[in-house]
Amino acid sequence: MHDEPPVTTLDPGPKKVLGPGHDYGTVTDKISGVVYRPFERTPREMFIGFGIAFLLVNVLLVSVTWLFFRGVGIWGIMIPVAWGFAIVNFVWWIGIGHAGTFISAILLLLKQDWRTSINRFSESMTLFAVACAGMFPILHLGRPWLAYWLVPYPNTMWLWPQPRSPLIWDVFAVSTYGTVSLLFWFTGLIPDFATMRDKAPNSWAQKIFGMLALGWRGSAKHWARYQKAYLLLAGLSTPLVVSVHSVVSFDFSVSIVPGWHTTIFPPYFVAGAIYSGFAMVLTLAIPVRRWYHLEDLITMRHIECMAKVMLGTGLIVAYGYAMEAFMAWYSGNQVERYTFINRAWIGGYWWTYWILILCNILTPQLLWSKRVRLYLPAVFIISLIINIGMWLERFVIVVTSLTRDYVPSSWGMYYPTLWDWSTYAGTLGLFVSLMFLFIRGLPAISIFEMREVVHHLEHTHGD
Amino acid sequence: MSELSYWRSLEELSSSAEFRAFVEDEFPNRTPDWNDPRSRRRFLTLMGASVALAGASACTVQPKEVIVPYVRQPEEVVPGNPLFYATAMSKAGIATGLLVESHLGRPTKVEGNPEHPASLGATDAVMQASVLTLYDPDRSQTVTRNGAISDWGSFFTALTGARDIAGLKQGAGLRILTGAVTSPTLFSQLKEYLTACPLAKWHQYEPCGRHSVRAGAIMSFGRPINTIYRFDRADIIVSLDADFLCSGMPGGIRYAHDYSERRRAAAVDSNVRPPRLYVAEGTPSITGGMADHRFRMRTTEVEAFGFTLMHDPTSPVAKELNAHRGSSIVIAGEYQSPRVHAMAHSLNQELGNAGKTVLYTDSVEANSADELTSLSELISDMQSGKVETLLILGGNPVYDAPADSEFLDALKKVHFRVHVGTYSNETAAWCHWHVPEAHYLESWSDARAYDGTACVVQPLIAPLYDGKTPHDILNVLNNHADLSAHDTVRAYWQTQHNGKGFDDFWQTSLHDGVIPGTAFAEITPPAGKISDAPATSIAGLEIVFRPDPAVGDGAMSNNAWLQEMPKPQNKMTWDNAVWVSPKSAQSYGVSTGDMVEIELRGRKVEGPVWIMPGHADESITIHFGYGRTRAGNIADGVGFDAYAIRNSASPWVDGGVQVTRKSRGYVFATTQHTQTMEERDPFRVATFAEYHKDPQFARPEQDRVSDTHSMFPLWEYKQHKWGMSIDLAACIGCQACTMACQSENNIAVVGKEEVAKGRHMNWIRVDRYYHGSLDDPQMYFQPVPCMHCENALCELVCPVAATIHSGEGLNEMVYNRCVGTRYCSNNCPYKVRRFNFFLYSDWNTQSLYGMRNPDVTVRSRGVMEKCSYCVQRINRAKIDADKQDRPIADGEIVTACQQACPTQAIIFGDLNNPNSKVSKLKKQLRDYSLLEELDTRPRTTYLARLSNPNPELEKSE
Repeated sequence: MHDEPPVTTLDPGPKKVLGPGHDYGTVTDKISGVVYRPFERTPREMFIGFGIAFLLVNVLLVSVTWLFFRGVGIWGIMIPVAWGFAIVNFVWWIGIGHAGTFISAILLLLKQDWRTSINRFSESMTLFAVACAGMFPILHLGRPWLAYWLVPYPNTMWLWPQPRSPLIWDVFAVSTYGTVSLLFWFTGLIPDFATMRDKAPNSWAQKIFGMLALGWRGSAKHWARYQKAYLLLAGLSTPLVVSVHSVVSFDFSVSIVPGWHTTIFPPYFVAGAIYSGFAMVLTLAIPVRRWYHLEDLITMRHIECMAKVMLGTGLIVAYGYAMEAFMAWYSGNQVERYTFINRAWIGGYWWTYWILILCNILTPQLLWSKRVRLYLPAVFIISLIINIGMWLERFVIVVTSLTRDYVPSSWGMYYPTLWDWSTYAGTLGLFVSLMFLFIRGLPAISIFEMREVVHHLEHTHGD
Repeated sequence: MSELSYWRSLEELSSSAEFRAFVEDEFPNRTPDWNDPRSRRRFLTLMGASVALAGASACTVQPKEVIVPYVRQPEEVVPGNPLFYATAMSKAGIATGLLVESHLGRPTKVEGNPEHPASLGATDAVMQASVLTLYDPDRSQTVTRNGAISDWGSFFTALTGARDIAGLKQGAGLRILTGAVTSPTLFSQLKEYLTACPLAKWHQYEPCGRHSVRAGAIMSFGRPINTIYRFDRADIIVSLDADFLCSGMPGGIRYAHDYSERRRAAAVDSNVRPPRLYVAEGTPSITGGMADHRFRMRTTEVEAFGFTLMHDPTSPVAKELNAHRGSSIVIAGEYQSPRVHAMAHSLNQELGNAGKTVLYTDSVEANSADELTSLSELISDMQSGKVETLLILGGNPVYDAPADSEFLDALKKVHFRVHVGTYSNETAAWCHWHVPEAHYLESWSDARAYDGTACVVQPLIAPLYDGKTPHDILNVLNNHADLSAHDTVRAYWQTQHNGKGFDDFWQTSLHDGVIPGTAFAEITPPAGKISDAPATSIAGLEIVFRPDPAVGDGAMSNNAWLQEMPKPQNKMTWDNAVWVSPKSAQSYGVSTGDMVEIELRGRKVEGPVWIMPGHADESITIHFGYGRTRAGNIADGVGFDAYAIRNSASPWVDGGVQVTRKSRGYVFATTQHTQTMEERDPFRVATFAEYHKDPQFARPEQDRVSDTHSMFPLWEYKQHKWGMSIDLAACIGCQACTMACQSENNIAVVGKEEVAKGRHMNWIRVDRYYHGSLDDPQMYFQPVPCMHCENALCELVCPVAATIHSGEGLNEMVYNRCVGTRYCSNNCPYKVRRFNFFLYSDWNTQSLYGMRNPDVTVRSRGVMEKCSYCVQRINRAKIDADKQDRPIADGEIVTACQQACPTQAIIFGDLNNPNSKVSKLKKQLRDYSLLEELDTRPRTTYLARLSNPNPELEKSE
């Protein structure tokens, strides 16, 4: 552990999920070593990255404070565009979170071997993304101190929230998602907390991890119950992948705004969520695996599989765009047609639509090529482009549809302000900071599941 | 914040260095340092400087206040129930009768007086906004001497001194400058003084006065005769640049009412002939918007048009006029040349309209004088040192006198100058004494309406800042200082009333708001003379000066409601602009937002360009009322000063103007950005002929949504079923409804920056759509309040049930439940909802507390608001009806917009009552809903506009 190996990669190539020469011990050491590495050995990139991210967290703090002090008018929202960056960011962040649940839950149930080394990482990403997302519905309220009125609680006013409103469905969907994700994540961590407790170099680590491990001894009974619980939680999480973003899409499809009022949104949003989520996992995983030399645990097979999922969901999203365009024409409805033409040609934000097509439809087609899929810099850049594209997609949907709807006298342009950008950048900083803290403090890869992979490979004479 | 230099207390004031400099400098505020540009909205929310500096020189400790209930309650005063008092507001001296709502001794809302001939219950936007001026914290609150605080006693001493000195010389050297005066009492006081001191002189000046009207009448009849019109009797109306609908001229509200009555009658009954309106104008006006045919021409070419009309009987318009002798009107614009007025008189007489549709009376002004001549006499006398004492009773000549007259230079030569005004304005800065004037809502006075009807102006509140009326000043001059204005007015009318029962007469006049039998008798003027010389016009680019559609001549510039009122033609707020036609803009290389320098006769002013569809080519229009330097915190630094280049030789239109572009990128704040209907049909129009052939043109079969297409049963509204009908054939686009709603519902002002962002707060807006070519489009106005949809889309999506549906059909907004997700606004296809993005309501300025309607919540930050069908009025009527155990009569509940509307375009009522006006209106086949295809089932529906074009002209257009 003292000398860094030379630049040759540890990666075993796109056909293997684990580098050669690993046994239960080395896998455990490697992963826990990331946490227990001496502070001076922390990679420089982490300091720089965390520094920038933390700076942005402070920007977020200032932005939110100013927002609460003055009011939601510091943003660029107006009439008719009463929802701007806040809702775009909310949907974007929630969407990103879906990859984690997809990887953890659905890929588990589908018994995909390549989920193992990325599932912990992406679940954490989900949690942090939901945390970032969950701020926005509160921040964007005119009177955020009364946000609790959206929650059904018995009160002296005898008032309950209005259940026909998609925003209430959001409250349930997102809080359920956050809760279940947190439970699933924590449950998955329990054996690893125990491992960390057992390998703790000092009594503080031992005590903290010990408390978190909830008394895990690793006995057969524990494991038997554990597997059942884990599967149950996976089963609970699976429908959430589809339901949460569908419900978020209802915010738009239930309303009457042309450009929002379309039935394709639920599947389109869910596919888009997984799309952007995988892109974010790649954006984070590629640098981290390099900095911490985890290439033998997160191999090119993982990268390639994720790229393939991105391509697949990207095609679904492309279908969604095509359907929107087609239905705009096929419906014969003047307002629907105009909305599309406004979005793509004559509106003030027409250029965002074409950048969107470039980012979300054209760029990922490069992933058809195996060479591109295995070329890390390309995959990294494509994942960034897709994230930008998905943000633009929500922008196009939310903002351009609102700029011009039914009555022409009310049409108006939306111009984001400095505070819109600073709040967004702030949440990016919060997300990255939390990810860095997670990597620093918790096992970023599931130790016990990697041991299972070692076991599985040994006993099936794996490739 | 350090730039703000308002006074907090007398102590602070007296100790600051600024104040000392103020005192020592004889002419303080030459460059006032509270002229700094600052965010107005920020000012509104941050300022708290309303410690009254009312006159008190000694008492600086607030006396202990004890609240004591009435021991003997004044008659009729029930806390919580408003009382209404009749009074009148004057514009350039000419009055419109009003009923003002008073809550516990505070006037809160202005309404029209149904008994008054100039109002018939309606008001215009300016009258609605006038209540804000009463409570304006920037009003002058104290007598000042050389800028320092003084008191009435000291002024009294000084004035009597000056009076006595002048009295020794039979008044020589003492001059009085007023605006146009119709007040019989004031005139009698002036007469008394001028009789006692015959060498004193009385001058009159109105910056936007009826100079042309008077000169035209003299040209035709030899003396200033007043002309009034009966638009309800007219089949054909030819307007020579006359904006007779609404505020454009005295009687405008009445004219709008009569004109629309005729149109509405024709819509209902095909036997009634609809009127046909021809308008010849250069600058788009709301009358031009209603025209069946609008002849776009340069303002100076209107004279030639009139000439052709007189001499060419084959022109289609002349033919029409001839075919309707005795039932036509030719009306000349207030700001056209006198010759055009003479032409109109001549035409009317020749067509036999005189005595039928065009009536003549004696001049309404007590002493009709050519104000430009009067002012120039004063100025030349001041220059030659003949004026020792000048009393300026109201007005602002330093700001609005024509630039070439050099009023200020002459003023400086006057030894003793007094300014009486509601604001310590540009003129007050150059006067020795400034006395705060009582607002009309604080005054005893009297005035005459456009037809001569006299009414008493009675105050609704004692002067907030000890303001004085001109009557008080004249009483000092006449040695009647012990008499109050009330006594003076009453005494005058006592002399006019022969016989017994004066008390009854007086009480009835005060109660009704009209003094019976005072309308001027019709006179038959001599045959009008007019020279046959050909018409003149200005070659090249002309510049047209007009009072601003919102702030007028500038007296009410500091009224934030008027500043934020979207001007009807272009929905612009907080600015004036240089209006140019699209073609001329192209040829001069300018576009909207360019700053241009306008040079006229050696004087320059810089202003931003606005391309105005429908404007005449080779012509620019600029508006007065802006570019103020001492108006108050609202108006200072806003816009540019059009008076700065105005010339007394051609005060309304001039030539030889140069336009040079200086820079680009001026940002306007407008409330509407899309000017046309973009191939949709929110506004539906057809000709009367088409309507009678196909009455259902506005709602074709295929667009209807049937009642049975929803699987849910329809809700039964058993008790009341409130609804509203807006007649687009009547709406002229004057924005009186917008101002009335603002006043009634405590709607906040947001400032220019916020309006530019799209955050204006008006609950009822008037959309203006252009139709046709952008060079000469039709201009259509459509008021849009909340539709109160039965299938409300906003109610569906509110997460906290802050907007709900009442059992009577109202969509109710519950402010205290709203958390501000703004989903309701997104889901409203009509976009009638307004959001408080910041704390827009001014919670700090104490003087505004009294103005607010106590029946309506003042909304705070983060809350959505919208039109409520004036639910407070509905509830009041229900309570009253319940107490009296009777049903609510139709017409008992009148929404604020309905009440203000001069044309009665908005009608509200109970749809469950088949005989209510609104039910009958909705049964008209031209009734349609906006966006019916969305199945929102709006309770507010529209009656399609009907036009009456001339078939002969249609072919050629």
